[in-house]
Amino acid sequence: MEATQATPVKYDMDVVRWFTIMAVVYAVVGTLVGVYVAAELAWPFLNFDLAELSFGRLRPLHTNAVIFAFGGCVLMATGFYMVQRTGQTKLWSNAMAWFTFWGWNLIIVLAVITLPLGLTSGKEYAELVWPIDILIAVVWLSFGLNHIMTTAIRKTSHIYVSNWFTMGMIVMITYLHVVNSMAIPVSMTEAFSIYSGVQDAMIQWWWGHNAVGFYLTGGFLGIMYYFIPKQSGRPVFSYRLSVLHFWTLSFGYVWLGAHHLQYTALPDWTGSLGAAISLAMIIPSWGGAMNGMMTLSGAWDKLRTDYILRFLVTAMAFYAMSTFDGPVMSIKSVNALSHYTDWTVGHVHAGALGWMAMISFGAIYHMVKKLWNTEMYSERLVNVHFWVSLIGAVTYIVAMWVSGIMQGLMWRDYDEFGSLTYTFIESVSAMHPYYVMRTVGGAIFNLGTWIMLFNVVMTVRQASAVRSVNAVAAKA
Amino acid sequence: MSDHDKIYSTKFQDKIERNTLLMFVLTAIAVSVGGIVEIVPLFYLPNTAMSGGDGTFNGTSHKDLQGNAIHMDKIVWNPATSAHKTLDEWQPGDGVRPYKALELAGRSVYIREGCFLCHSQMIRPFRDEKDRYGHYSIAEESMYDHTYQWGSKRTGPDIARVGGKYSDEWHRKHLKYPRDVVPESVMPNYFFLDNAAVNVDKAIHTMNVMTKMPFNPVPRTIYTDAYLDGAKAELENKTEMDAVIAYLQSLGNHVKFEEGVNYRD
Repeated sequence: MEATQATPVKYDMDVVRWFTIMAVVYAVVGTLVGVYVAAELAWPFLNFDLAELSFGRLRPLHTNAVIFAFGGCVLMATGFYMVQRTGQTKLWSNAMAWFTFWGWNLIIVLAVITLPLGLTSGKEYAELVWPIDILIAVVWLSFGLNHIMTTAIRKTSHIYVSNWFTMGMIVMITYLHVVNSMAIPVSMTEAFSIYSGVQDAMIQWWWGHNAVGFYLTGGFLGIMYYFIPKQSGRPVFSYRLSVLHFWTLSFGYVWLGAHHLQYTALPDWTGSLGAAISLAMIIPSWGGAMNGMMTLSGAWDKLRTDYILRFLVTAMAFYAMSTFDGPVMSIKSVNALSHYTDWTVGHVHAGALGWMAMISFGAIYHMVKKLWNTEMYSERLVNVHFWVSLIGAVTYIVAMWVSGIMQGLMWRDYDEFGSLTYTFIESVSAMHPYYVMRTVGGAIFNLGTWIMLFNVVMTVRQASAVRSVNAVAAKA
Repeated sequence: MSDHDKIYSTKFQDKIERNTLLMFVLTAIAVSVGGIVEIVPLFYLPNTAMSGGDGTFNGTSHKDLQGNAIHMDKIVWNPATSAHKTLDEWQPGDGVRPYKALELAGRSVYIREGCFLCHSQMIRPFRDEKDRYGHYSIAEESMYDHTYQWGSKRTGPDIARVGGKYSDEWHRKHLKYPRDVVPESVMPNYFFLDNAAVNVDKAIHTMNVMTKMPFNPVPRTIYTDAYLDGAKAELENKTEMDAVIAYLQSLGNHVKFEEGVNYRD
C-alpha cells in the first residue's frame, strides 16, 4: 500500500479515453435518433415512405443506441477507470480491453446496419439478431472477465463499493442475455425464441426490467459511488448504507420484471409478487439516493461553482424520483391506468435522461479533465449543457406524464348512456400536442449533447496542443 | 491496529469485501433467486399454457360456472378429438390453433416491421377493454407465439381480436396508406408490402422450426408432412401484404368464450 503510493501506478487509460470519446459521440447520435422517432409520431409524413426510416424499425435503433452504445461506452469507460484507480493497479489485460472496445463498437455498427433493414428478434430491448447476440456475449464476457480480474489483482485490501455494483451488473447481464436470447435460427438473420406466450413474456420482462435494474441502475450507481465523492472531495456519506444498498438491490431488483405484466395472462401471483417487491425497493433506492446526496453535506456551496457536481447531484434527484414513480406504477390499480400509455415512456425517460444521462455527463466531464490532465475548454458551456439538459428532460417527462394519464383516462371513460365516450383514434389525436412537446424537449436535450461534444473535442485538442508544446520545449 | 484492518461493518461483509471470488459467488447467488422463483413455476403450474406438444398440458385447467373442469380440447384445438381434423378444416371456436402457412409468413413481416412497438395483443379484464376490444386474452391464445407479441404500448389500438373485424380490402387500404382510411392516424405507410413476394422457402423453414421448439412446439399432428408439402403451393405468388392480412385476420377468434366463466383462475 505505502509502496504503491511511493511509485505511482501507470494506469491503462488510453482505452478509457476512447470509450469516453465514443460515449460522447453516441450520446449525440442516440438522442438524435430519439428526436427523429418522436417527431415521426407527431408528424407521420417523416416516415417518408421508406421502410428503413419507419418508426417500427428506427425506434429499436434509438433504444439500442442510447442504452447499449451510449450507456455501454459510459459503463465501460467508467468501469475500467474506477477499477484501476480504486485498486491502484493497471488493467489485468490492456489488450483484452482493446478487444472489448473494438468488439463493442463493431456491435454498434452492426446494430446501425441491421435494425433499419428490419432484422430483429422482435424482443423489446433485445432486438439484435442471433449472430450479433453471440458477439455481444463474447465481448461482454471479455469486459466482465477483465474487470473482475483487475478487481482480483488490486493492491488495496478492500474492493471498493463501485466495483461491487459493476460486478453485480456483469453477472446479472450475462444471465439475462443468455437466457432471454435463446432461439432457434431460421436463417443467418432470423431466429425464433424457444419460449412462447406466458413464459416468454415473463422471461422478456425479467430481462427488460433487470437491464434497467443492473445495467442502467446498478452500473450507474457504481458511477455515483465513485464520482460524487471524487468531484465533491467528500467521503461517501454512509458506508453501511452502501452495503445495504448493494445487497438489497442485487437480491430485490430481480423480482420486479413481473410488474410489467399486471392484468395480462401471466398468473396473478407473479405480478402481485413483482409489485410487492417493487414497493419494498423504494427503501434501498431512496437509501442509495440519500447516500449520494448526503455525501455533499457540508459542501453544498460547491453546487454554486461546480457545474459537474450539478449534473451528479441532479441525477440523484431524478434517481429518487424515478424509483418512486416506478413502484407506484407497479401497484395494480395504478398500473391499470398507466400500462400501455405514454406514462411508461415518461417514467423511462425520467430515469434515462434525468438519472442515467445526467450522471454520465457528470462522470464524463470529470474523467475528461483527469484523463487529459487539463481544465475544460469552457466551464461555462458545461453549465449551459446542464441547464439545457435539465430543461429538455423536464419538458419531455412532463409531456409524457400528461399525455399518458390523459390517454389512460380517455380509454376508460364512459358517457351517461354507458357507452365508451371516446373512440381510440380520438385519443390518438388528443396526443398530438404532447407528441410535439416531447419532440421539442428531446431536441433541447439533444442540443445539450452537441454542446458537450464540442466542449470535449475542444478540450482534447487544447490538451494535445499543450502536450506537444511541452514536448518540443523538453527537447530543446 | 492500522486503518486497513479495522472492520467497519460486519466480519462477514468485511471478509466478502476482501475476497473477489467470494463476492462474485455471493453476488451470483443473490441475483439468481428472484428469477428462479418467478419464472420456473410458469413452466409447470396450471393455466400457463405449457404444452408437451402432444395435446397434454401441465395440469392446465379452467372451470365452468358449475365448477366442472372445462376440457382443454375446448380451449386448445386438438385434431385428435375435434370434429375438424386439419388446419384447413379448422373453424373459429374450435380452440387455439397454430398459424397457417400464410399467416405465419405474415407474422414474420409483422415482427420485422416492429408493429408490436405500437400495437398490443393482450386484452386486460376491464369493462372498457371488453367493450373496445373483446374478451380478455388468456394464456393459451399466445402459446404458439414464439416470441410473444403482447407488446407494452398502445400508440395504436390492441389487435388481439382484430381478426374478422374488418374486411381484407379495408386492411389492404389501411396498411398501404393508413391516413386514407383514418385521417388522424400516425401509422407509417406500408404500401411496399404490396410489392414484396413472400419468401416461400423461409416460411416453410420457419414452420419446421416451430415444430422443433423445446417448449410449446407445434404438434406434428398439425404441421403434418402433407400440410408442409401443401404449404408451398399456398404461399406461391402471395405478397407480404397478403400474408400480413391473413395474419391479422387470424387473431383472436380461436376460442369460444362462455359468459361468466373465469378463464384466468
